[in-house]
Amino acid sequence: MTFLGMPARNLVGEPFPVAARAALGDAQLRRNLAKATGTIRAKRASVVAELPDWAQLRASGAAIKDAVLADLDTYLLRFEAALVERGTTVHWARDADEAARVVTGLVKATGTAEVIKVKSMATAEIGLNDALADAGVRAVETDLAELIVQLGDDKPSHILVPAIHKGRAEIRDLFRREMPGVDPDLTDDPRALAEAARRYLRHKFTTVDVAVSGANFAVADSGALVVVESEGNGRMCLTLPRTLVSVVGIEKLVPTWQDLEVFLQLLPRSSTGERMNPYTSVWTGPAEGQTSHVVLVDNGRTATLSDPAGRAALRCIRCSACLNSCPVYERTGGHAYGSVYPGPIGAVLSPQLTGVRHNQTLPFASSLCGVCYDVCPVAIDIPSMLVHLREKVVDVRAANAESAAMRAVAWAMSDSGRWSRLLRAGRLGRALGRRRDRIGRLPPPLSAWTDTRDLPRPPQQTFRDWWESR
Amino acid sequence: MSTARSEILARITAALGHRPPAPPVPRDYRRSGSLGPGDVERFADRLRDYRAVVHFTSAAGLADTIAEALRRRGARHVVAAPGVPTAWAPDAIRSGVDSAALEGTDAVITACHVAIAETGTIVLDHDAPDQGIRALTLLPDYHLVVVRRQQVVAGVPDAVTALAGVRTQTWISGPSATSDIELERVEGVHGPRTLEVVVTR
Repeated sequence: MTFLGMPARNLVGEPFPVAARAALGDAQLRRNLAKATGTIRAKRASVVAELPDWAQLRASGAAIKDAVLADLDTYLLRFEAALVERGTTVHWARDADEAARVVTGLVKATGTAEVIKVKSMATAEIGLNDALADAGVRAVETDLAELIVQLGDDKPSHILVPAIHKGRAEIRDLFRREMPGVDPDLTDDPRALAEAARRYLRHKFTTVDVAVSGANFAVADSGALVVVESEGNGRMCLTLPRTLVSVVGIEKLVPTWQDLEVFLQLLPRSSTGERMNPYTSVWTGPAEGQTSHVVLVDNGRTATLSDPAGRAALRCIRCSACLNSCPVYERTGGHAYGSVYPGPIGAVLSPQLTGVRHNQTLPFASSLCGVCYDVCPVAIDIPSMLVHLREKVVDVRAANAESAAMRAVAWAMSDSGRWSRLLRAGRLGRALGRRRDRIGRLPPPLSAWTDTRDLPRPPQQTFRDWWESR
Repeated sequence: MSTARSEILARITAALGHRPPAPPVPRDYRRSGSLGPGDVERFADRLRDYRAVVHFTSAAGLADTIAEALRRRGARHVVAAPGVPTAWAPDAIRSGVDSAALEGTDAVITACHVAIAETGTIVLDHDAPDQGIRALTLLPDYHLVVVRRQQVVAGVPDAVTALAGVRTQTWISGPSATSDIELERVEGVHGPRTLEVVVTR
């Protein structure tokens, strides 16, 4: 596929049906996913049910994000002014390449050969690790799941737990093979695996002097940044190195500090199914003598903002409740979506960030069952947005078999005699599917239908004939 | 760079078009002050859920409770935030500890700024002398934190209100943990693997 304009290599992959077919054939993957998403769904449901005001928090979270989006430039300028006043240097980047270039430049200027990274979707989106590698800088992922993905030269398949597709035995084998200095008798007990990661990364935390982070929230009026995490790798990266570069999507803002009272309830319960995540770090300007940079990234967000029917995707706080609940995601896993943002939110966000022209299959990667909307803590109506994006895909597609067929049907249906004759002709199809009373496989282009489902064998008599003969 | 800034701002202006005002934000969730004082028993239950160790003591019994906890832990090299009252831990080192020294520390003792009953959360203000810089409570493997009863608030909104203007914060809810392997929770990764909380009645 040739991309016009913005490169989007981390947001576009193979067409979803092609990638999904491969994933569906992987029984181990489906077992890992069913177990993991089943566990997290139950935990989420129980901690969400504990809060009597969940619905009110959700409505408020949605409205706060909408208020930010409705005046995004005002809030960005306020945030920038607060950062500058407290001594943080602010950079802006129009697209992924520019963002990666800015961060790489800042890192190179420190003279370091290595950076430690807090798990960040924004840095995955801009392809930062590759850009740094091209510049001769090694990026060390410090989140356990990101580390698993990095050591395995793999791709993330989930927003929160990028290695959700790996089982414990696979992780043990990977650590034994790829982790420097690991115990050769390492077991597959999750405790032992976490301990191995602790030992490996401890040295990095205390010796590498530059860190790159994202941010879960950015507070416009004070310039505070917030990182929500579990393992303490975030605290290590934010605290110990002398230089900190934070890559922040322009939609991450909340207007005031007080607004976090909503999001710090919505996020942990939706995300890991905990009442609160183990660690949340807040810093306002450079802390404790550090040098601090913030890179504000657009990369398709302003294009998303320009569509009133798709804009709400920018409310997303990256909790991944929609992934964990989605029957499609549970079966295909994240890789099939071909984007760093998989699952239902990925199916509406990725095509908008790249432009639907470059991402035509993702809006169809859903059964529109609606569970993603129900669990979304900021009430993004993903099903309606998918339908809206499908319309846009149809608009950009050149005339194809489907639209030709639709035009033919419209012609046939516009005349009742013509339509009756056509329906009777349909009985010819009875020659097929005699054995099971179902048609399992048709030649192209009709195979587009029968590849994924059976076709009922046409009845002996059309409804119209039956109606007239009664 | 400034080109990027002006272009992004121009894109936003164009994207928003005639810019209808955003609807007002509904705030009918349980707000700050609506839940009364924090329930310390609930706070302790929540912390135990995270596998933190919790003790209750009186103000007078605090020093003994801390000493007993450190003895059980077998902690010899103990550091306290510089503003921690001497009476809490007379033998703890209070200054001149760098990152390398913290790595070899058996235990760290701090106070806190506020604690949340509903979520079992303790929040540190790193500009407060009795809570110390961030590395202090990060590198040692054992963190003992003293929570005064009146610091326990009911819910997250109460804590956010109490933290207005606090520049550098760490919210702590149990020891460090990961759910990255098959989404099964394991306590103890990079941060302190043991969190011990002493609540004064």
